[in-house]
Amino acid sequence: MKSLKSVVVWWCCLLLVGCGAGGERAEARLRVFAAASLTEAFEALVDGFGARHPEVAVELHCAGTPQLVLQIREGAPVDVFASADAVQMQRVVEFATTLGEPQVFATNRLAIAVPAGNPHGIAGLADLARDDLRVLLCGPDVPAGRYARQVLERAGVAVRSVSDEPSVKSVVTKLLLGEVDAGIVYATDVAAAGAALTSVAIPSESGVAVAYPIVTLAQGASPETATAFVDFVRSDAGQRILVACGFEAP
Amino acid sequence: MNGLAVQIRMQRGALPLDVAFEVAAGETVVVVGPNGAGKSSCLLAIAGLLPLEAGRIALGARCLDDGSKRGFVPAERRDVGVVFQGHLLLPHLSALDNVAYGLRARGHARRAARETASSWLERVGLGAELVDARPAALSGGQSQRVALARALAIDPAVLLLDEPMAAVDASGRLALRRELREHLASFAGPRLLVAHDLADAFALADRVLVLEEGRLVQAGPIDELVARPRSRYVADLVGVNCFRGVAHAGVVTVAGAPLRVASNLEGEVLVTLHPRAVSLFRQQPAGSPRNVWAAPIEALEPTLERVRVRLGGPIPLVAEVTHSAVDELRLEGGGEVFVAIKATELNVTQC
Amino acid sequence: MPARNRDFPTALAVPALVAVAFFLLPLIGLLARVPWSRAVDLLATREVLDALLLSLRCSLAATVLSLVLGLPLAVWLSSGTSRTHALVRALVTLPMVLPPVVGGVALLLAFGRRGVVGAPLGEWFGIALPFHPAAVVLAEAYIAMPFFVLTVEAGLRALDRRYLDAAATLGAGPWRVFRTVTLPLLAPSLRAGLLIAWARALGEFGATITFAGNLAGSTRSMPLAVFDAFERSPDAAIVLSLVLVVVSAAVLFSLRRRWFPA
Repeated sequence: MKSLKSVVVWWCCLLLVGCGAGGERAEARLRVFAAASLTEAFEALVDGFGARHPEVAVELHCAGTPQLVLQIREGAPVDVFASADAVQMQRVVEFATTLGEPQVFATNRLAIAVPAGNPHGIAGLADLARDDLRVLLCGPDVPAGRYARQVLERAGVAVRSVSDEPSVKSVVTKLLLGEVDAGIVYATDVAAAGAALTSVAIPSESGVAVAYPIVTLAQGASPETATAFVDFVRSDAGQRILVACGFEAP
Repeated sequence: MNGLAVQIRMQRGALPLDVAFEVAAGETVVVVGPNGAGKSSCLLAIAGLLPLEAGRIALGARCLDDGSKRGFVPAERRDVGVVFQGHLLLPHLSALDNVAYGLRARGHARRAARETASSWLERVGLGAELVDARPAALSGGQSQRVALARALAIDPAVLLLDEPMAAVDASGRLALRRELREHLASFAGPRLLVAHDLADAFALADRVLVLEEGRLVQAGPIDELVARPRSRYVADLVGVNCFRGVAHAGVVTVAGAPLRVASNLEGEVLVTLHPRAVSLFRQQPAGSPRNVWAAPIEALEPTLERVRVRLGGPIPLVAEVTHSAVDELRLEGGGEVFVAIKATELNVTQC
Repeated sequence: MPARNRDFPTALAVPALVAVAFFLLPLIGLLARVPWSRAVDLLATREVLDALLLSLRCSLAATVLSLVLGLPLAVWLSSGTSRTHALVRALVTLPMVLPPVVGGVALLLAFGRRGVVGAPLGEWFGIALPFHPAAVVLAEAYIAMPFFVLTVEAGLRALDRRYLDAAATLGAGPWRVFRTVTLPLLAPSLRAGLLIAWARALGEFGATITFAGNLAGSTRSMPLAVFDAFERSPDAAIVLSLVLVVVSAAVLFSLRRRWFPA
């Protein structure tokens, strides 16, 4: 019987060690999910919010919007969700309880991203139909992919993407690796990539409105802090950070 | 046909192998020796499966291996037929295809190869119903026949057999041994056979080689081996008494007891004595035998014609007497008997 | 039954049962959510059929590649015990323990358009592997071939080499011995190696999505389709997962004799 007791004690110890591993303490924790294209801007926003609310530990998770939606649907304890389009936000509103209506806090523009110096001489959307080019888009469920397909359809350009990428950031990565010749991403992504990529503008009349809605979720741990974070994003200070990153005010 | 000339020098694990012998065409040489003596290594070297470190293996004028990389002829180009220990029939092929394998490897067409193989299987006496059987379905004797047919079918220049009887049960051994002798006799080249059982050597050998710890300790016809064993192993093998002792001036001291011998060798010697040359008496004998002592009877082991009497005493030995002698001397009752051995019956060799 | 207690101390029963539950519950979870009535409709969509077909083609191609390149490698590995052999074996085994995503990144950096191999390939032959079904095959082979090589090498080492010697004395050169003796005797190991490599190739995800991308009909294999569908239509993902579970179980069933001899 002694052996049984010691084994039970052993297993309990192991379980406790496992549970205790995440025991870092902060007075309030805030988990923010943001679309991949918001990565740089939200890093700056979290810093700015942290300076004003040092008692809050913010966890930021950026990924392709559909992946974030999936995790929210499966019950991830998320306080704030910033989507890259209204379609995905609508799905969240349908299956999750939100505190208040989603609010658009920024807009963006699409751009054709090409390697630095535009070696293939791409002048506009029509060039993307060329046979000698490998063009990469996000998948049709990813906001950037949906926007890009709308823009191409309106311009009457048939483009075959070599893959359905899960987020704009992975399109940027493949461009930086030289695996593809052009991709349609947000203007902010090209700017964030620095000198390695060049942006070819898409005329605004053929463009679509890229709007980012943000919402507070009831399934998070601290709704008051979440509201404070959303307020900060929409405040003048928050908007200044977003503009500095290339976004525009709604 | 060409004779086989072998001079092998190599290291096998801890055992240094160093032997030289010849096998003439039409001669059957049987190698005997204790386990681990290097018998199989010799066969592997001749077959081309184990390169020499030094020495030379030649078939007539054709050198098969001279210890160098260039002089080494690989097994597939040696024309050496081998019946392996355990036979090593290819398990995924039928008996027929096992025999045809060597012919196919030599470029014979499938049909021709199978026809030749089939006639060989008939020659070794494998039943027609077993021709398509897989090796796993064959008995030890059947598989030995297939292995022999397979080795002979390639028309080899030398025939090597590594304990071909080992996988055959005792009941079939006698007949199979007789058959094997006939097949060996009909093969014109040199034949070299490794045997564990001296009966195989008796039945098949023109000449016997005794290999112990990597060295040849004795070579010659089987009669000579039996008459004058030159090592304890051979003596045990043929059932002869064997003592180690120190010789000086016609006396060999064995375990403290003196044995008078008719030899002028000096120093360490091996003394062998045939059990039939030991005389037993109930009373102390008078007369010519020069070695006489009393010894307790320890056991009686009757064989077909005679009885082996195991004796204790200063020099334990075995005597062989007739059944009538057992009655006359009342040996069944045990007790002590007098042992008498003529000096001329003691066979002394240097060791 | 004292002997039985020695074999399995009672104290281990609870954690052992927890372990069983840990493996059983995900399967139950999956089966409980399968929309049986719509399963056929969900499977019969164009995208699912494309993914199935692509997966079959690419995993079979990767298996063939494993055989053609992996068999000679396994033969060489089994032929010696030198330091070089050990090093090469470690190299070949690495993808078994490496996160597949890392394998995908490494493949992209080697065979991508600017990679050490990919750049000359594109320049001289105009071949670009990423985003092409060939990249799926490479990614799957990269992950699956080690399983084949190690299985076959173990089989070769267990082989009774004296049969090869016997064949040599009959006049068969090394190549004939390999064809007519080694291969037939190796057949059970080859079968097992091919099956496990195929199963592994069929399930490959991380290296594929990283190296080959994700495009329906071109590089979207079954696991990628599961991943993709899970964001959009979870029911389709569940049905696809069920198909993969059934295939994997079938592979396991056919390997049971070899892995769990009675």
